[in-house]
Amino acid sequence: MTDLLQLLVFGIVFGSILTLGAIGVSLIFGILRFAHFAHGDMMTVGAYFALIFVAQIGWPIYMALPAAMIGAALLAILIDQSVYRRLRRTAPVILLISSFGMALLLRAAVQLIWGTDNQVYQPGINVPYVVFDIRIKPDHLVIVGASVILVFAFHLFLKMTRMGKAMRAMSDNVDLARVSGIDSERVVIWTWVIGGALAAAAGVLLALDTRLNPQLGWNVLLPVFAATIVGGIGRVYGAIAGGMFIGIATELSTAVILPAYKPAVAFTLMVLVLILRPRGLVRGMN
Amino acid sequence: MELGGVIEYGLFFLSFVGIYALLSLGLNLQWGLTGQFNIGIAGFFAVGAYTSAILTTAPSPHHLGGFGMPLVVGLIFAMVLAGLVAVLVGLLTVRLRTDYLAIATIGIAEIIRLMLKNEEWLTNGVRGIPGIPRPFAETLGAGTLGQSDAVFLLVVVALILIVYLALEAARRSPWGRVLRAIRENEDGVRAAGKHIERFRLEAFVVGSMIMGLGGALFAHFVGFISPEAFTPEFATFLVWVMLIAGGSGNNKGAVLGALIIWLVWTGTEFLTSMAPPEYVTQAGALRLLMIGILVQVILLVRPDGLLPEETAERK
Repeated sequence: MTDLLQLLVFGIVFGSILTLGAIGVSLIFGILRFAHFAHGDMMTVGAYFALIFVAQIGWPIYMALPAAMIGAALLAILIDQSVYRRLRRTAPVILLISSFGMALLLRAAVQLIWGTDNQVYQPGINVPYVVFDIRIKPDHLVIVGASVILVFAFHLFLKMTRMGKAMRAMSDNVDLARVSGIDSERVVIWTWVIGGALAAAAGVLLALDTRLNPQLGWNVLLPVFAATIVGGIGRVYGAIAGGMFIGIATELSTAVILPAYKPAVAFTLMVLVLILRPRGLVRGMN
Repeated sequence: MELGGVIEYGLFFLSFVGIYALLSLGLNLQWGLTGQFNIGIAGFFAVGAYTSAILTTAPSPHHLGGFGMPLVVGLIFAMVLAGLVAVLVGLLTVRLRTDYLAIATIGIAEIIRLMLKNEEWLTNGVRGIPGIPRPFAETLGAGTLGQSDAVFLLVVVALILIVYLALEAARRSPWGRVLRAIRENEDGVRAAGKHIERFRLEAFVVGSMIMGLGGALFAHFVGFISPEAFTPEFATFLVWVMLIAGGSGNNKGAVLGALIIWLVWTGTEFLTSMAPPEYVTQAGALRLLMIGILVQVILLVRPDGLLPEETAERK
């Protein structure tokens, strides 16, 4: 029983990270209608951005995290304006190819700049708290706490601001949003700001939980997509449910399956959901 | 370099081009003709390579088999197994839009790679499978290496020719026309009473079988395979770059793209090999970076590729 509760803790931690990635994938799909394959590697880049602030300037992680989010948001805008924007007029599937190429491009750039070795933000042991035989590391609290704050902030943005409203409108019906006078290019830019920033946050938190390496984000791309699809692709609130579901389920599965197969578990759950409820647990888009 | 060395390198180079040309032709049937987005090429490539390797190597305590069967059996079963995996993926995704197929194929490819690494009884894990025989190795005896390279290249060229002619015939046939129609206007084809799911599945499975064949040939060419060889960078991404550069929808373009991009790829190796040895890992990343930029440039500047699809009604 204790073992399962312990895995549940790991699952909530992993789920918090996946949620941040899945919100971005779902939002980008909702507005631009393509699955963004470079999202995992955007997470990696964000994690390394934070490393610059931690290692070079000596900032604590809670200051490096927002800085990395800003850096990744700017990078996302740069990628969109230089490449994706020009491809948007063609079929969405061309964007899919382009983003797959972008994934490898970003990973190669990370390898080129930071090398392939494993790195950590702060060396040393993260002494866990022990509550009823369950071990919880301080970093775990940071991860879940940061994730809750960011998701709540994103929720307020969607519900309270004009831009948030415009985003929801565009996600529901692009043409209708356009004819009612919404500046779609501005919405697209904000989509990348939020997608990029949340991806960076997910990357930093994942690196905090594990270690930095160039494969960091690519390795969780499949669980992130699974979370997005389980939550109903294009439905950002579903992404929260999907992220937690995939996170907890994959961690619990390690009680019976080799941990190396975690991505396979996420994938199998995704396929099951696609067969049983093709539009996701929360009704997603076509 | 002396003449013998040049010829030997040329044979080696062209053999790789040939293997990639097969992958590119398989992808052209799926993407170029039917508009199916397969980014799990590495998975089908690996299934083909491992199937043929396990069937044709001498018995070994380190992995399943080997069964010491003739090479032809290995090639056939490589295609059959890759086809079966494709049937599974295809049945799950034919009804869904192409984004799901993309995610499903990359998922299967990653799972296959995880299995190659972790199921040691089957594949010998990261240590890989050595001693995979070359075509006609027994008939030729232990000849010089160059001789066996030449024979291998002949086998590859013959297989490419067969695949190419078959795909060209298929492209011109009513079957090929339906595939292209599905790509252009799915609802229209459905309204015309065609069973879209069946056509899609057929194209996907046949394309994946060709990739499986390419994988088997790769295993027999290099003689040793391990999970390292089946990463998305080399086994999936390069193939996409080849097809897009050559011209998707055009089988000649698929082959031409394989030749040109492999030339560029080995060219970047030549360039980065001049870097000091302590920058070896960086040099590898730099090569990938250059190819990554190249594909964005092609998509932006010449999205139809060097040899665009030949259609009568195109402007």
